[in-house]
Amino acid sequence: MTTEIQPAPGATRKRRARSATSLTRSSGIGLGLAVTWFSLLVLIPLALVVIQSADGGWQTFRDTLTNSQTAAALRLTVTQALIVTLVNVMFGTLIAWVLVRDHFWGKRILEVIIDIPFALPTIVAGLVLLSLYGPDSPIGINVANTERSVFLALLFVTLPFVVRTVEPVLLELDPEVEEAAASLGASRFTTLRRILLPALAPAITAGAALSFARGISEYGSLVLLSGNLPNKTEVASVRILTYIENGNEAAAASVAVLLLGVALIAIILLQVLTNAVSRRA
Amino acid sequence: MGIEIRGINKFFGDFVALEDINLSIPSGQLTALLGPSGGGKSTLLRIIAGLESSDSGTVEIEGVDTTNVPAQKRNVGFVFQHYAAFKHMTVAKNIAFGLEIRKRPKDEVKDRVQELLKLVHLEQWSDRLPSQLSGGQRQRMALARALAIEPSVLLLDEPFGALDAKVRKELRDWLRRLHDEVHVTTVFVTHDQEEALEVSDSLVVINEGRIEQIGSPDDLYDRPASDFVLSFLGPVTRLGDHLIRPHDIEISRYEQAATATGRITRWTRVGFEIRLEVTPDDKLHPDPIQVVVTRAEATALGLHEGDQVWLRPQAGVEPVRA
Repeated sequence: MTTEIQPAPGATRKRRARSATSLTRSSGIGLGLAVTWFSLLVLIPLALVVIQSADGGWQTFRDTLTNSQTAAALRLTVTQALIVTLVNVMFGTLIAWVLVRDHFWGKRILEVIIDIPFALPTIVAGLVLLSLYGPDSPIGINVANTERSVFLALLFVTLPFVVRTVEPVLLELDPEVEEAAASLGASRFTTLRRILLPALAPAITAGAALSFARGISEYGSLVLLSGNLPNKTEVASVRILTYIENGNEAAAASVAVLLLGVALIAIILLQVLTNAVSRRA
Repeated sequence: MGIEIRGINKFFGDFVALEDINLSIPSGQLTALLGPSGGGKSTLLRIIAGLESSDSGTVEIEGVDTTNVPAQKRNVGFVFQHYAAFKHMTVAKNIAFGLEIRKRPKDEVKDRVQELLKLVHLEQWSDRLPSQLSGGQRQRMALARALAIEPSVLLLDEPFGALDAKVRKELRDWLRRLHDEVHVTTVFVTHDQEEALEVSDSLVVINEGRIEQIGSPDDLYDRPASDFVLSFLGPVTRLGDHLIRPHDIEISRYEQAATATGRITRWTRVGFEIRLEVTPDDKLHPDPIQVVVTRAEATALGLHEGDQVWLRPQAGVEPVRA
């Protein structure tokens, strides 16, 4: 374990060396505290998961991931999270736009309602979804035990992410900038593509990353409605739990590490995309 | 030609922003819309640009009725008080924006941007982002961006309002010279009477949604049509039952035919000028009268605080009845 703690102070030293002149005593202590805190809460646990997945050796890692049931769960999780993120990018931005730019009766109530998926315990969300879209649906829509139940649950819990990241940036945008573009001859669409989207892109990306990360890790809200059918509606987090319940911690850690990798790649890709959008404008 | 405005009315709810505005702005001139904040001048400018629609009336730009033409198609250059810079684009990209939208060939855009950068003295800043520029530089960039599309009219909404006094003065002189060079019909909104008097060929004074007076800076300053114009364009004081500018009062230490007489009760020196307050002996008009003289005049007349003085309008000055 000691070997794993090493990178954190190492990183600190490197940062210190670079900004040695600007780091005062108090900001040095601040940085030290921040890094220690971050290490205790994030870096060390993450490192442990990686070690644990390596416990069973490369063989266990490969076996776990090529297991057809696990592969199916990972596929389902990543696909559904991707689709949900795409939907959120579009509708989240739209909702943020309406909330910022339009004035209508009940706007403030809507502002509060948007946050409910944040505030609601996920299992409660699962219960709500089950009673509305389950076998006893009062509106006659039953998606229980299908892929759509996973999609629906993810959509529900990730709704606020893009809305909440885009909203403050949109508030800061000066309407005069759009008027300037219009007076220079830009159509609404051109203004959207060349002025608004590049300005909003970082916020949308941040929201999308959060939404995707939440999507691939979601558990509580979907277990009730999806039925956790192997190869059909079982998601990665449920799979991890199953492994742990069966005492196969190395396999559970392997799935976890893969999810970690996927999340990391997603964040990097989104960042690259943002830069591309900003540059093209 | 130029801009023809006929019968414009604009309401915001119950509030009358503009009331029956008729105005003809000649081609190639620099016209100032002057008035206090909230008087409707910015609204009028935005209606000319198509950024706001009027409730009735018509706007003609260079002989074409543009009342129902959207802002995008009016070919109007608009400069905002707070620059409205495209923050994620470099200075050169900002200026090129209008040309790129018009799908002009790349070489032409590049040449034109270079030309404009030179015109606004920002050549070495072309690859910077707006956030790396000072306020004055940003506003020059905004001006170049508006000029890039070769607008039929250039509209500036309080263009120097957000800048500090020194930069404001510089940009004002520079705008005047620029206009002499480019000759595009220009309308600019300001609440600063000094700016309007100094820069413009003609002035339109707007107050409470109505035009108070139209004329050259000299006309307005010397022959104001109303109390409002008189007092808005410069300092005013009351001499007897007339209004007059403090520097248009003749002051003497010796008894003469005078409109008022009294004692100098206050003496403030500001640079080259001396501002006096004379408290009249006349009990019917006890309000102090403001008088401004230069330092040289004060010395020549031998004025001191506490002196008894006689006041009358200077020869050739026609005070306005209060």
